[in-house]
Amino acid sequence: MSESHKIDSELLRFTTAGSVDDGKSTLIGRLLYDSKSIFQDQYEQIERVSERRGEEGVNLALLTDGLKSEREQGITIDVAYRYFATPKRKFIIADTPGHIQYTRNMVTGASSANVALVLIDARNGVVEQTKRHAIIASLLQIPHVVVCINKMDLVDYDENVYNKIQDDFEKFAAKLDVVDVHFIPISALIGDNVVHRSDKTPWYDGPTLMYYLENVHIASDHNFIDCRFPVQYVVRPYNDEYHDYRGYAGRIAGGVIKKGDEVMLLPSGFNSKIKTIQGPAGEQEQAFPPESVTILLEDDYDLSRGDMIVRPNNKPDVTQDVEVMLVWFDSDKPLQEKGKYAVMHTTQDVRCVIKEIRYKLDINTLHRLNEHDGIRMNDVARVVLRTTKPLFKDSYRNNRITGSLIIIDEGTNNTVGAGMII
Amino acid sequence: MNYNINHLKELESESIYVLREVAAQFENPVLMFSGGKDSILMVHLAYKAFFPAKVPFPLLHIDTGHNFPETIKFRDDLVEKIGANLIVGSVQEAIDKRMVTEEKGVNASRNGLQTAVLLESLEKGKYDAALGGARRDEEKARAKERFFSHRDEFGQWDPKNQRPELWNIFNGKHQMGEHFRVFPISNWTELDVWQYLAMEKVELPSLYYAHERDVFERDGVLLADCDYIEKKPGETVFRETVRCRTIGDMTCTGVWKSNASTTDDIIEEVATTRMTERGGRTDDKRSETSMEDRKRKGYF
Repeated sequence: MSESHKIDSELLRFTTAGSVDDGKSTLIGRLLYDSKSIFQDQYEQIERVSERRGEEGVNLALLTDGLKSEREQGITIDVAYRYFATPKRKFIIADTPGHIQYTRNMVTGASSANVALVLIDARNGVVEQTKRHAIIASLLQIPHVVVCINKMDLVDYDENVYNKIQDDFEKFAAKLDVVDVHFIPISALIGDNVVHRSDKTPWYDGPTLMYYLENVHIASDHNFIDCRFPVQYVVRPYNDEYHDYRGYAGRIAGGVIKKGDEVMLLPSGFNSKIKTIQGPAGEQEQAFPPESVTILLEDDYDLSRGDMIVRPNNKPDVTQDVEVMLVWFDSDKPLQEKGKYAVMHTTQDVRCVIKEIRYKLDINTLHRLNEHDGIRMNDVARVVLRTTKPLFKDSYRNNRITGSLIIIDEGTNNTVGAGMII
Repeated sequence: MNYNINHLKELESESIYVLREVAAQFENPVLMFSGGKDSILMVHLAYKAFFPAKVPFPLLHIDTGHNFPETIKFRDDLVEKIGANLIVGSVQEAIDKRMVTEEKGVNASRNGLQTAVLLESLEKGKYDAALGGARRDEEKARAKERFFSHRDEFGQWDPKNQRPELWNIFNGKHQMGEHFRVFPISNWTELDVWQYLAMEKVELPSLYYAHERDVFERDGVLLADCDYIEKKPGETVFRETVRCRTIGDMTCTGVWKSNASTTDDIIEEVATTRMTERGGRTDDKRSETSMEDRKRKGYF
């Protein structure tokens, strides 16, 4: 009997990216299988399908490729979410496609991850796709990166191969903004160092992948310093019992907010005090990310959605001029310099004009291209925006919530870009 | 000081955030309520999200007319308790008005007819967002869903062309006539739901707990004996101690041999079981991609 039904476990979100055939789906299948998270009827179903398609053995990739067209083409197109638990933690996997044409889906999966798994085929070493995945992990500021050097069984568990790949990756990563990188030699197919320690890699004394995922320190992945509370919704009961009740509902984006704290309200700049913090289980003394609460103030100011509660001595930038690293998603239209778009940032809904495209980033080499033929789907560019109303923003590096925005085409309403504020 | 919350509190906060986002971004949202544990969880979370104000959207039940009687009683009691407005879309009425045609034969089910009635109810109420309690761990097509899932004017889902969804920014912008399906409990697993309902001491229909019932077996699944299902020759009724893991239309909801009579027993059972919860749903077994096919057309 597993203990995976403990109530007191943390939630870890990780994303996997890999090229076609580097064993990503097999690795996920292995994690699920060895942690006993694959159900019998699921297993029997993919067993049936594998057999019908004349495949050798059971294709664990069928567990993650859920759409008809994905199964037909044998590739992952869109992000699929998978869940499993061990006695220590609950895990959410965002399984994303590795191919360049699906960069936008990779970015989607990476945006909320604590950990990025980057897969490398030991026979091929660091390839263009590996670099792209590492660059995306760095752009999206995923706090922890694990490089799984896979298919070690096919290179006779050779320590030199492993060391060479580690060196190559480290040389490349030195140019990036990734702080915490780990390397693990694995064979997803056989199971070496995935859940169980392998006796074929005596030269490796680090953790197995599962041990790493269960123990990596994620509690400080949120910003607990700079108090930010974007007002999401105003709760007004309109009944006799709560006649003058005006509660500001929202999710804490940064810092620790305590009852009695002096606060400043943006954009008005008025000061007030926290009177009550109402949480899902009743009143609470304090609140911190990622809690959803309702805040009541001592004074009767009229805040609305898009306003922000902060501390008087620790304010975000209040500005209409915003510079971002932008990932472009639109397959139909390139980014228009001087073009106008809708912008969503925290709980604010504004419009913007693209003032300037500074450069395009080559996401394979990190080169800044001043000469380019437009920003198209899956391109990354440094861009200056001017918004119709001031945003209350931090740099993405300091706060992934107040430092991120999305760009929306006003004609189609599609999300066409994701911006990380510099 | 350790600023840490457990996974259930984190999921709760995420779902509340999504529910509030719907109230803020849409003019006329509705919460799809089936009477099952997931929609009961949704109502519970919505109650918390807007407390002390009332839940700012009505509940919509698509009633196949083939419900377990326990479900309807439970639904009506809950609606009264939270003071919600209940709207019922009736499959029986749609059949009577010849809007849809009833399937015939031993495998007949009204499950598929629900889609047409749901879409008609959404159109009639001019709802621009329909909140649902679907979870990504339930089924492989649902594993691909966004929190905010766009539907065109025909209510169709285009899984290959979904809007990217990043961080916690949800883009609910849409044209007139289009709507969104929103799934606040996307990231919950069956076990999370049970642990949370136990922690919060939420009342559930008795069907979820072990009870004695007349059943018969079909294709390895136990079905409750009732007037709505025509039995094949050789299918014999027997008495068994069972419970439901999911609650839907009686014609397609399998029951489950179990002695789990308390919430703690169920948590233990769910934590150790080797079968998925929809393993007993004959509506999913019609083909390899039956969920994806139904979802494309506008199913829940």
